[in-house]
Amino acid sequence: MAARFAFWSTLTDPLIRQNPVTLQILGICSALAVTTSLATALTMAASLTVVITLAAGVISLIRRHIPDTIRLIVQIVIVASLVIVIDQILQAYFAEISRALSVFVALITTNCLVLGRTETFARHNAPGPAMVDAFGNGLGYSLVLIIIGSLRELFGKGELFGHNVLPLADSGGWFTPLSLMLLAPSAFFLLGGLVWVVRSIYPEQAEAPEFDATERRGAAE
Amino acid sequence: MTDLGALFLSASFAQNMPLSLFLGLCTFLALSKRPESAIGLGVAITGVMGVTVPLNQLIYTYVLAPGAWGWAGMPDLDLSYLALIAFIGVIAATVQLLEMLLDRFFPAIYAAFGVFLPLLTVQCAILAGSLFMVERRYTVAESAVFGVGSGVGFAVAVVMLSAVRKRLAYADLPAGLRGLGITFILAGLMSLGFSSFAQMAAQ
Repeated sequence: MAARFAFWSTLTDPLIRQNPVTLQILGICSALAVTTSLATALTMAASLTVVITLAAGVISLIRRHIPDTIRLIVQIVIVASLVIVIDQILQAYFAEISRALSVFVALITTNCLVLGRTETFARHNAPGPAMVDAFGNGLGYSLVLIIIGSLRELFGKGELFGHNVLPLADSGGWFTPLSLMLLAPSAFFLLGGLVWVVRSIYPEQAEAPEFDATERRGAAE
Repeated sequence: MTDLGALFLSASFAQNMPLSLFLGLCTFLALSKRPESAIGLGVAITGVMGVTVPLNQLIYTYVLAPGAWGWAGMPDLDLSYLALIAFIGVIAATVQLLEMLLDRFFPAIYAAFGVFLPLLTVQCAILAGSLFMVERRYTVAESAVFGVGSGVGFAVAVVMLSAVRKRLAYADLPAGLRGLGITFILAGLMSLGFSSFAQMAAQ
C-alpha cells in the first residue's frame, strides 16, 4: 500500500475491477437468493453495506486487543449483533420486505463478504481506511445485486419496483413474462453471464485452465 | 414415519440448499474443483448439520422461545431476538469440538478435512438450517431429519458439480468463462435439474 492512503482507489476498486462477487467469490449466496425483485435486492444491499461498514470500523478499532486464537468468534459476535439491530429495524419499519427477505437478513452474519473483508483488511488497518474499504466492497456487492435484481424483475414480471414497465400480453401489450427468470436457475445464468462480461472487459481476470495436460496424464496412470 | 421420510427427501432434493435456496454457495463453488475435496466437504457438512440443527431446536424451545421462561415466573420474556447469536455460538462450538475430537481420535480424517472444518462456522447453509427450523417450527425429530437431509442434499450437489467440473478439462472454453463463469452456468443447469424434484415432491 502506498505511504499515503489511497482513498479513491480503495473506494472505487471494489466496484468493478475488484468486485467482491464476480472476482473474489464472496457473498454469492445472498446475491442470488434475494434478487427476484429490485426492492428486496436494494434492501439487502443497503443492509449489507451498513453492516459491513460498521463491522469493519468496530473490528478495526479493537484490532490490537483481539487475541488471535479467538478472533473469528469475536468478529462473528460483533457482526451478529449489528445484524440483529438491522433485522429488528427492518421488522419494525419495513415489515413486508422483511418477510420477503425471510432468513436472508440474518444470514448476513455468515456472509463470507463481511468476514472476508474484516479478516483480510480491517484486521490490519486503521478504522478510517477499513471503513472506506468495507463501504467500497458493500457498494460493489450492491451494484451486482441491483443489476441482477432489475434484470430478473424486468424480464420475469415486466415490472420495476412493482410498477409495470413492459406492457404485458395479458393486458393488451406485447410482453410475455418469462417465469423462468423468477426461478433459481436464471440467477445462476445471469451471474455467470455477468462474470463473463466483466472478464471480457478485464481479460487479466480470466482464470488459467483448471487442469493442465500433465496433471491429467499423472492422474490417469 | 412417512412424514419424516418426505421431509428428508424434500430437504435433500426439492429444497436443495445450494441449488434451489442459494445457501452455502461460497464453499459450494470454491471447494468443488476436485471430487475428493468435495466428498470431504459433503461429509463434514452433513455431520455438522445433523448435530447443530436439533441442538439449536432444543435451545430455542427451552431457552429462547417466547414463554420458555414461564416456569420461572417470567411468561412474557421473549428472547427470540438472541437466536442468531446463540445459533452461531452453538455452531462455532460444535465445529471446534468436532475438530478437536477428530484431531485426537482420527488424525487421518482430520488431516483430510483440515481446511474445511473451521470454514464451516461461517457456512450459510448450516446457519440457515437452524433459522429455517425456527421459521417452520420443526420438532426435535423433524429438525434432526431436516439437518441430515439438507447436509446430504448439499453433499450430493457438491460432488456432482465437482465431477462435472473435472470433465470440463476437455472443453475449450472462452477465456472469460473459465473458472467462476462456467461454474455458475453449470450450477444453473443442475438447478434446472433439481427443480424437477420439486415437481415430484408436489405430487
